[in-house]
Amino acid sequence: MNPAAIWTSFSTIFRREVRRFTRIWPQTLVPPVITMSLYFVIFGSLIGRRIGDMGGYSYMEFVVPGLIMMAVITNSYANVVSSFYSAKFQRSVEELLVSPTPNWVVMAGYVLGGVARGLIVGFVVTIIAMLFTSLSVQHIGITILIVFLTSVLFALAGFINAIFANSFDDISIIPTFVLTPLTYLGGVFYSIDLLSPFFQGLSKLNPILYMVNAFRYGVLGVSDINVVWAFAGVIAFIALLAGWGLHLMRHGKRLRH
Amino acid sequence: MTAALSIRDLQKTYDNGFQALKGISFDVQPGDFFALLGPNGAGKSTTIGILCSLVRKTGGSVSIFGIDIDRDFPKAKQMLGVVPQEFNFSQFEKVFDIVCTQGGFYGMPRELAEERTEKYLRKLGLWDKRDTQARMLSGGMKRRLMIARALIHEPRLLILDEPTAGVDIELRRSMWEFLQEINERGTTIILTTHYLEEAESLCRNIAIIDKGDIVENTSIKSLIKTLSKEVFILDTRESLSDAPDFGEFEGRLVDEHSLEVTVEKGQSLSDLFAHLTAQNISVTSMRNRANRLEELFVSLLAEVKQGKEGEPS
Repeated sequence: MNPAAIWTSFSTIFRREVRRFTRIWPQTLVPPVITMSLYFVIFGSLIGRRIGDMGGYSYMEFVVPGLIMMAVITNSYANVVSSFYSAKFQRSVEELLVSPTPNWVVMAGYVLGGVARGLIVGFVVTIIAMLFTSLSVQHIGITILIVFLTSVLFALAGFINAIFANSFDDISIIPTFVLTPLTYLGGVFYSIDLLSPFFQGLSKLNPILYMVNAFRYGVLGVSDINVVWAFAGVIAFIALLAGWGLHLMRHGKRLRH
Repeated sequence: MTAALSIRDLQKTYDNGFQALKGISFDVQPGDFFALLGPNGAGKSTTIGILCSLVRKTGGSVSIFGIDIDRDFPKAKQMLGVVPQEFNFSQFEKVFDIVCTQGGFYGMPRELAEERTEKYLRKLGLWDKRDTQARMLSGGMKRRLMIARALIHEPRLLILDEPTAGVDIELRRSMWEFLQEINERGTTIILTTHYLEEAESLCRNIAIIDKGDIVENTSIKSLIKTLSKEVFILDTRESLSDAPDFGEFEGRLVDEHSLEVTVEKGQSLSDLFAHLTAQNISVTSMRNRANRLEELFVSLLAEVKQGKEGEPS
């Protein structure tokens, strides 16, 4: 395929993905917004008042970047894993597999579709957060870049999960047993300074901690970790997952017989 | 002339060790209407799966209009359209979107894809359903939708895997007319079907596959010629209470207005009619008892089975 045809193919996949999650917006866009709003009300406003300051900021100010990042992570992942697995389940993925569209374009189209949902949800959650607290972004470039890269990373992870999945149960195992615990223990609700040195060390093995803190650094200017490590880690994981995804596509893992 | 499809020693062994294709070879010439027949599990769908990249071959070679799929599969795919046996589109997408999106996957600019989508949806009688979700369509409409989708990039070779399965007679006939029309315009068509009447009416050449081997590959005409006998049903004007004298022919009375007669190779139907006329029996119409190709198909597969049973183990 020539570059123009590749672009057409990519934009077709991307557009279809956006059309899919906007068509079913009550399932894809509304629930995360409601959940995050509840977090703002309960943790930020009601309980947060009694917690006091954290990292030099009110608890509400501290928790908002983490919750935005949590929404981005879960939605980027969920969009790709459910969309690609549904395409496998309904066999509509064959429409793509029989076409001349290169594997990397298929993966890029789905991943960017997931990024679009992650960022839209993140944006809406940010708007709602502004009803509870004033947000003044300290480092706009870092904020935008880390949220985009994190979204790409988890969309890729969702894509790989969908390739391996053989049932709808398989697409909920990773989000339930891996993603949610890592997110909750990834410094969304607390600073790791509150933990004992052992648990601080353990927390530093959690990649989500780096992403949440890099984003918090972008918004508030404070972080538990060095943001350079966060960017290096995210980029390395993206490279690793993209390579793995392409390898699986090339060998037709659970897609071709 | 470069073959539309050239298959050489094609093999497929699945991970569980099942050998679905044992080294089949055949060619399909440009412009042909070709039937690929075989019983369930013979290897037809595996062959088609390999051609469209959904199944990975374990041996042999495939060329589509001279392009080796091992060298440039994307280019070969541009020339190929496939209508699979099972529905494989998103049930929740609209008819128009399904077809138009497929154009995008082939790199077609949006405007052209929309134009072609309208063209093929109109031709296949689905234009009125363009804004309907695919899950709301009837079985026949879903099959037509898959044909429209396969044609969006106007492939030179169209493969249809049992396109008329479960489709009513009227619709089947209209699909036949449509396929004949696009074949006449130059599209090479390969068809798998269980309706042998369909293969006999539409196709010029045939390959019969059984248990992963090609057991026959010839023209339909030559295959029909190999029939050693045909059985006809004759409708008579007169009401008959007993079977008449059939002379040199083998026959029986089916009911008071129909006879069943077996005509061996070398016997003449004129002799039969003359013999009946001499007994004041006039024939008002006649037809084959069963589809001729079906009889051949059954006998060929029986021969293969017999041959295999006789093989030393």
